[in-house]
Amino acid sequence: MSKNSPIIEIKDLHVWYRTYGGFSKVLNGVNLYVDKGEKIGVVGEAGCGKTTTMRSILRILPEGQSHTPQGEILYHGKDILKMDRKDLQHVRTSGVSMIFQEPSAALNPVFTVGTQIYDVIKYSEAGKGCSKEKIKQMALQAIKEVMIPDPERIFDCYPNQLSGGMKQRICIAMAIVTPREVLIADEPGTALDVTIQDQVHRTLKELVEKKGMSLIMITHSLGVARELTDRVYVMYAGNVVETARTQDLFANPSHPYTRGLMSSVPRLAGGGLAEGIYGHIPDYLNPPQGCRFHPRCPQAKECCKRQKPPIVDLGNGHKVACFLDAEVV
Amino acid sequence: MSEAILDIKGLKTYFPVKKKGETLFVKAVDGVDLTIKKGEVMGLVGESGSGKSTIAYTVMGMYQPTAGEIIFQGQNIATASSKRPLSLKKDLQIVFQDPGSSLNGQQNIRQILELPLRVHKIVSKSEMEKKIVELLKTVELPAYYMYKTPWAVGGGERQMVSIARALASNPKFIILDEPTSALDVSIQAKIINMLMKLQHEQELTYLFITHDLSLMRNIATRVAIMYLGKVCEIADTGEFFKNPLHPYTQMLLSSIPVISEEEERLKPAKVVSTGEIPSPVNVPPGCSFHLRCPQRMDICSKMDPVMQEAAPGHYVRCHACQKA
Repeated sequence: MSKNSPIIEIKDLHVWYRTYGGFSKVLNGVNLYVDKGEKIGVVGEAGCGKTTTMRSILRILPEGQSHTPQGEILYHGKDILKMDRKDLQHVRTSGVSMIFQEPSAALNPVFTVGTQIYDVIKYSEAGKGCSKEKIKQMALQAIKEVMIPDPERIFDCYPNQLSGGMKQRICIAMAIVTPREVLIADEPGTALDVTIQDQVHRTLKELVEKKGMSLIMITHSLGVARELTDRVYVMYAGNVVETARTQDLFANPSHPYTRGLMSSVPRLAGGGLAEGIYGHIPDYLNPPQGCRFHPRCPQAKECCKRQKPPIVDLGNGHKVACFLDAEVV
Repeated sequence: MSEAILDIKGLKTYFPVKKKGETLFVKAVDGVDLTIKKGEVMGLVGESGSGKSTIAYTVMGMYQPTAGEIIFQGQNIATASSKRPLSLKKDLQIVFQDPGSSLNGQQNIRQILELPLRVHKIVSKSEMEKKIVELLKTVELPAYYMYKTPWAVGGGERQMVSIARALASNPKFIILDEPTSALDVSIQAKIINMLMKLQHEQELTYLFITHDLSLMRNIATRVAIMYLGKVCEIADTGEFFKNPLHPYTQMLLSSIPVISEEEERLKPAKVVSTGEIPSPVNVPPGCSFHLRCPQRMDICSKMDPVMQEAAPGHYVRCHACQKA
């Protein structure tokens, strides 16, 4: 762990959504940080709040519907949630960039990919005062960097002329074309086939390392997190339930949810499948009291139903939010 | 393993596309031979666009095959669904990938499960309710779910309903078209365990279509790999994972992200995956995989390899493997 202050630090973040049935209390106190040059993974199942957390970093949640009652997101010590328009614009254009899950939805179908990359540079600080020719060169360079052969031809293509893997590479190119500190990748490989996913992940990892950026990798696949990241956060129902360095987490998962998740993954080594985790993710309109995992937890006790579990430090940055570990320590 | 329940011979399914006046064909399935024995769980694995779902839909009669035979329980069924006898449809069922779009959101679960029971005259009207409760019970859902709409239950439970619908007509053969790929792993484990229990209890045969090789390692008895409308390798599961031969299989296996060291050792040496699956309209000449193949030879771009037996029960379609 570095002594310097982290680039992004999320403290006790709560996000609610307005719905007809009242507030849907999705995030319930998320704590997370990213150091410079670090690759972290945020793992969890669908609907656990991974994307909501990441979108609130860039403040791109639907404004009228989302509500942040509590918490702060510090970017170099400055709270993003309280920033004015100009500062926020600065974060978006030269601080943090994001890659979305569905490349075909992230790209505008009526402009060529070249134009879209061009615009990213034009309105960023790096592109200020550059000539048209210079900007185009930068765009072509970015396309080349994501291992697309023949960048000149691709520059004039519309998104529908490209394959899914190609489109995701273009999205990566857009995210890295201007210097950024943090790259948020929201399941960049999920919509792709395994062999293509492997290529995209490799490209992403190489570029992030080359440029010294920090990476926040959101994924539902434990395997992807293991291969790409240094440190992992496991999320369940709007809470970070466990965090540790990647190898520690896989060697010694502590939270009952992490263990259940790991045993549910089909192994290449065979040996059948485990039972899975009983039940499903809670209704956020009326989330369970106490630990949000207790209705599904095989080891739930009385106190789990009433109190929010404490965060227990197991050493070496391995933290787990569970009463079971509180007893042991 | 006893006799074959489904025998696919030289199956071709082409779709015409009109381009600038001339008609081209998308060769979605291009000459597939596949035999599935009774009581088997056949894993059919491939990337999107490889034609695995087209095979499923052609067997189900949703598409008319361009050529080839589909023999189900000794009967050639290479016809459209409307020309098939009802008794045959009863024995052959399918579970689709996305339960959200394959179940009618306007109906409640009772109505959904009632339809196959009524069409195939499984039970009389007076016993209908009892049978539906029983069906829900086999998929571990409570009886009161009957009056919910699929919209009101979770994704995993919705898929349980589509499994119950497939089971309603007491089929012998079920095609599972990526039944868990839209679901989370913890729910996937539950559904797969239930499917395997049902297969055991009701002596079913499954054709399990998926892109997840690690899942197949755990449940399939045999695995077939498809690439661009053709099967390129087929073997018993144990043999398949111990000794993967086709370069494409090796590429697939080495691309899977795994979660333990033990699995890492089982993967073949890293085959760097390059290129993308070409369009099935312009299939490259010779072996369709030769553009991405790390073991490419001269002959690969000229001649399409034929299926050959490399070891007992292990078939592979590759020039490089046959030489060795």
